[in-house]
Amino acid sequence: MNTLTAFWNIFVKDMRTYYLKPPNISWGLIFPLAWTGMFFLKSGSGLESIPSLLPGLVAISILFGTTSMLSVTVTFEKKNRSFERLLLAPISLKSLMLAKTGGAIVFGVVNAFIPVIMAAFFADISQLRLIVFLPAVFFIAVASTFLGLFIAVSVSEVFEAQTFSNFFRFPMIFLCGLFFPISRLPMLLRPVSYALPLTYGADMLHGSIGGGNAMPLLLDLALLILFCAALFAASLWNIKRKWIA
Amino acid sequence: MTDAVNVSGLKKRFGEVEAVAGISFSVRQGELFGFLGPNGAGKTTTINMLTGLARPDSGTFSIGGIDCLENPRGAQHLIGVVPDESNLYPELSGFDNLSFCGALYGMRKTEREARARELLDSFGLAGAGSRKFSGYSKGMKRKLTIAAGIMHSPGILFLDEPTTGIDVASARQVRALIQDLHDRGTTIFLTTHYIEEAERLCGRIAFIVSGRIVRTDTVENLLQPILKKHVVHITCESLAEGIREDLASSFQGLAFTLPQNSMIRAEADSPVPVGPVVRFLEEAGAVVLEARRIRPSLEDVFVEVTGIESNAMQSEKRNGGGR
Ligand SMILES: Nc1ncnc2c1ncn2[C@@H]1O[C@H](COP(=O)(O)OP(=O)(O)O)[C@@H](O)[C@H]1O
Ligand SMILES: [Mg+2]
Repeated sequence: MNTLTAFWNIFVKDMRTYYLKPPNISWGLIFPLAWTGMFFLKSGSGLESIPSLLPGLVAISILFGTTSMLSVTVTFEKKNRSFERLLLAPISLKSLMLAKTGGAIVFGVVNAFIPVIMAAFFADISQLRLIVFLPAVFFIAVASTFLGLFIAVSVSEVFEAQTFSNFFRFPMIFLCGLFFPISRLPMLLRPVSYALPLTYGADMLHGSIGGGNAMPLLLDLALLILFCAALFAASLWNIKRKWIA
Repeated sequence: MTDAVNVSGLKKRFGEVEAVAGISFSVRQGELFGFLGPNGAGKTTTINMLTGLARPDSGTFSIGGIDCLENPRGAQHLIGVVPDESNLYPELSGFDNLSFCGALYGMRKTEREARARELLDSFGLAGAGSRKFSGYSKGMKRKLTIAAGIMHSPGILFLDEPTTGIDVASARQVRALIQDLHDRGTTIFLTTHYIEEAERLCGRIAFIVSGRIVRTDTVENLLQPILKKHVVHITCESLAEGIREDLASSFQGLAFTLPQNSMIRAEADSPVPVGPVVRFLEEAGAVVLEARRIRPSLEDVFVEVTGIESNAMQSEKRNGGGR
């Protein structure tokens, strides 16, 4: 019960002080918009291509909404030392990190719906299978938040958190099959793709709209969850080693 | 009764620097225990290890009877921590900061809001409760940081240099608050580099220098040997070269030092013959401005035990900045 009170208040405070701030909300809107526009211009295709672009746009929105937000806020709190206050609280590191990541996960999930809502204005997306889409969105948000956590643990400056996030995110756009299938990547790069959790999430998203998944959806889901667990465990281990030095 | 804090052979090294070099001490229930030492002595490192923010290289310690080697964060619910620099949220109001800190310890909303108001009131911050923490003055920040540390009414409180870097009036208020907490039964572990502060507040003091405790005792016991000493400070307009040696050879049984420019300190086991000393100085051409009997203080003990000049502690702090 005590842990629950602490957990909830950390979550609410982060929501209020970071995620629901106007600049963050507007970034969440601008990014998907900009990407959508860019892809339309580049492909020269019409509105009928929206369903095939949607999975990639959703994935990008989540990725950009979560990774840097979490790593920047955690790095910021480490710098002004308020993070120490959290480390002093009588709750387990696991609960603490789940509370800290909770805000970013919710933010990522909300971001995922921005391109969906925009697409709904221009195209028929009634074939969207929510039963596949929702778990995909949720676990992509979890995986990319934990990636942000991993980054937060590895850096000590806010700008490093930004740079390091981009180092991961931009290659992932091309490596994880967001806009063109992995089978079109050079042979050498494909193992890298399969080592990235977003590959499986993106495959699920493709499966949720138009049924274009390359692997069985349940396998995608299982691997995605496995990646989440592994990233969380690695971050926790890292935190114990680096923050309580 | 188990000790509130029990430390044995605690060590911590940062690369080449042995920050804490094997210290042992215990803090009894209800005691106000002081860690007195210059900047870089290892005070903050010790607190960080005891509160679970840093991992010791070796040694053991327990807090409230809980073995913290087995269970490094197992005593977190028993302790409150006030760090040397405020670690509150700049974008939250004073009130919200306190309420949030209470929530971290599982306090319910009504309970923690009542407690936050009570603390803001008793810390003289009631008018600033709804203002953002980032706009507070240094003294207000320190007071709110202390309030945050005691939101959950911990039995054991760690205070790292609570009066460093704030104005004199705030420092006086903070010392009164600490005294008050102690009077109500809170066990307090306090670090400071102000000798006078340690003397005034603490029941027992450990002198820490370069990561080692060189002496631990009650203020009373520490002062005992020097209370019998008689000390006189004589201030002159200026002093001639070699006057100290001249005095020493003329007055056997008196020890003379020059703690400041144009000040002579005479020390003896029996009352100092002020008249003859002053006459001697005047005959040597000095203009004596003042001769004053000094009550020996902890400062003298500290200087004697550690070999560190007390004014060196102050200047070191000023140059060293705040760690
Ligand atoms: N994180 C750290 N990395 C490297 N050296 C450190 C670190 N923390 C403290 N030190 C060093 O350890 C020594 C003790 O520091 P500290 O415990 O902060 O002293 P105090 O609080 O008594 O001023 C100092 O020499 C300081 O430079
Ligand atoms: Mg310190």
